[in-house]
Amino acid sequence: MKITMAHGSGGKSSAQLMKDIFGKHFSNEVLNKMEDAAVLNLPAGEGNGGFARIACSTDSFVVTPLIFKGGDIGKLCVCGTVNDLLMMGAVPKYLTCGFIMEEGLDTELLDQIVGSMAAQAKEAGVIICAGDTKVVEGNGGLYINTTGIGLIPEGRDVSSANCREGDVIICSGNLGDHHACILSHRMEIENDIKSDCAALNDIVDGLFAAGINVRTMRDVTRGGLGTVINEIAESSSCKIELDEEAIPVSPQVKGFSDILGLDPLYMGNEGKMIAVVPAEQAEAALAAMRATEHGKDAALIGRVLDGEGAFIKTHLGATRRFDVLYGEGLPRIC
Amino acid sequence: MEIAKVIDYLKSYDGRQLKLMEVCGTHTAAIFKNGIRDLISPKIRLISGPGCPVCVTPTAFIDKCVEYAKAPGCELLTFGDMMKVPGSQGSLSENKAAGESGAKANITIMYSPLEAIEKAKQNPDITYVVAAVGFETTAPTYALLIREAERQGVRNIRLVTALKTAIPALRWICENQNDIDGFICPGHVSVITGVHVYDELAAGFGKPFVVSGFEAEHILAAIYRIVRQIEAGEGRVENMYPNAVREDGNPKALQAIEDVFAPGPAVWRGLGRINGSGLYLKEEHSVYDGGSRGLDEDMQLPDGCRCGDVITGRINPDQCPMFAGGSCTPMDPFGPCMVSSEGSCGIWYRNKH
Repeated sequence: MKITMAHGSGGKSSAQLMKDIFGKHFSNEVLNKMEDAAVLNLPAGEGNGGFARIACSTDSFVVTPLIFKGGDIGKLCVCGTVNDLLMMGAVPKYLTCGFIMEEGLDTELLDQIVGSMAAQAKEAGVIICAGDTKVVEGNGGLYINTTGIGLIPEGRDVSSANCREGDVIICSGNLGDHHACILSHRMEIENDIKSDCAALNDIVDGLFAAGINVRTMRDVTRGGLGTVINEIAESSSCKIELDEEAIPVSPQVKGFSDILGLDPLYMGNEGKMIAVVPAEQAEAALAAMRATEHGKDAALIGRVLDGEGAFIKTHLGATRRFDVLYGEGLPRIC
Repeated sequence: MEIAKVIDYLKSYDGRQLKLMEVCGTHTAAIFKNGIRDLISPKIRLISGPGCPVCVTPTAFIDKCVEYAKAPGCELLTFGDMMKVPGSQGSLSENKAAGESGAKANITIMYSPLEAIEKAKQNPDITYVVAAVGFETTAPTYALLIREAERQGVRNIRLVTALKTAIPALRWICENQNDIDGFICPGHVSVITGVHVYDELAAGFGKPFVVSGFEAEHILAAIYRIVRQIEAGEGRVENMYPNAVREDGNPKALQAIEDVFAPGPAVWRGLGRINGSGLYLKEEHSVYDGGSRGLDEDMQLPDGCRCGDVITGRINPDQCPMFAGGSCTPMDPFGPCMVSSEGSCGIWYRNKH
């Protein structure tokens, strides 16, 4: 078999590749949890400030175009890794970065991107503590890898495996903005859709400050909400039912995806997350999220039930099961 | 009529068992997405027709595209949906990924056929071969591409067409499979063709042909109208999508198709050859033809693949042994109905039926 673009979609093909090759060789108890970030247990004690656990995550960024409405690859590569740390309940602290630059890359552009990285890192409270550059033949492209480390305060236990019957699912805002923005650039479609690229510190801080007993958090990136919900249902051995009408999508993105035959359920985001919380804290969690800049459109979108699988209740009252993303999520042909 | 009443009616329908065909793959997708089967009586069975252009494209067409993609000085432009359709020498996607070990296939996923013009002007030494797949809905864009190429004097573009028209296929189904009680006609195709193209079929076969949009409410309303027609012993054309579909369709788009293309025989994977159902470049535009006409001979389905029975509604996708046995999946598709996002097998699979 050869690698195809579908292996990079974040959906079924990516998962299969993880399992068949990386899982086979790397298998260990930390990695096998397959969370957004690995949680590493360190001996607690003097000198580590009461933090007994750190979260660690790495991500590579290959977006084209390098600069898009609402962000650029520099902002993106900080937000992506910071969000992965946040989703484990960690406080992001350090980032490393690796740049693979194709010959012909404009240094003014690079300067702009690195500047944007620095600004975003400052905003997200992380310092960039190590880096590397390599140059390869090519056409002026740029790829960035970032690895992040965060500290998990005591008392937080956030994991995809923690959902229980009766919990509710809250989505932090409108879905599909990043996907629609990037696709619009590539297809040269003029519209006002901006990427949602953002670090979600404010939302996560807000939830914990409000005393919410957060069970699970996931950022809704490649593969979209559909894939994330399926993964959580599997990890927690539960059934999840979403309410179609409650899933927030902006009218612009809805129109865009209708025309192209895309389903916002499978569209990628770079500044959206879901949180699973106990039902009795639903209102408090929703209020905490809505009080933040990045969570102002938060909505309660579903619930955790006894059983297995991911389901969606349509606006006419029918229920259907949905699966992870298959293929690449490309526009349809007609 | 209120949608709740329509649902009530369809849910409690208890007449004779009905078999309705939604012709268009986008309808199939919408029916699943909205859980429409859940909202109607089991006595109204919905079956998916041959209305996914990817699904009915023969192997020989894919092989021709692969051949061009590997030819020196050529670049193939295609919609993303076609990438995973199996050919006898592998799919476009597999050939694109062949890398060092084989000749690299030069394939670019396009979003609009008109992209070929700019590319061709920028790189006059490369021949851009456009894989033209689709129904009446997409055919006008390809016609526009040819007109534009001619107007600008761009010569390094070729079209390999598997473009098809839906009406001859509907007639084929009516003639060859008489157990379908009514048709949900494709909304997008009808925007171009108008509604009178179904008159002859409805009159000739005495069955309802109801044009529908793509929202759940549209589809339910169309099903309702078909059921009511059947109950009244009628079989006529109704336009339940008048906001988008005009009686006479889109004359400009029809004219563009007629100017550039002429009908000819075409092979529908799983159905066979249907006369007059293909669109080929007319003689005066033949300089742009990439050899589209020879592609109707080969239509061998892989052993065990029952795509033909699926797209004519003889079986549901999960009744195909390859589907049920797990040897045909969206990850590793065997038949084209599993490949396309609008193919009935892929839709069934993704919705875990």
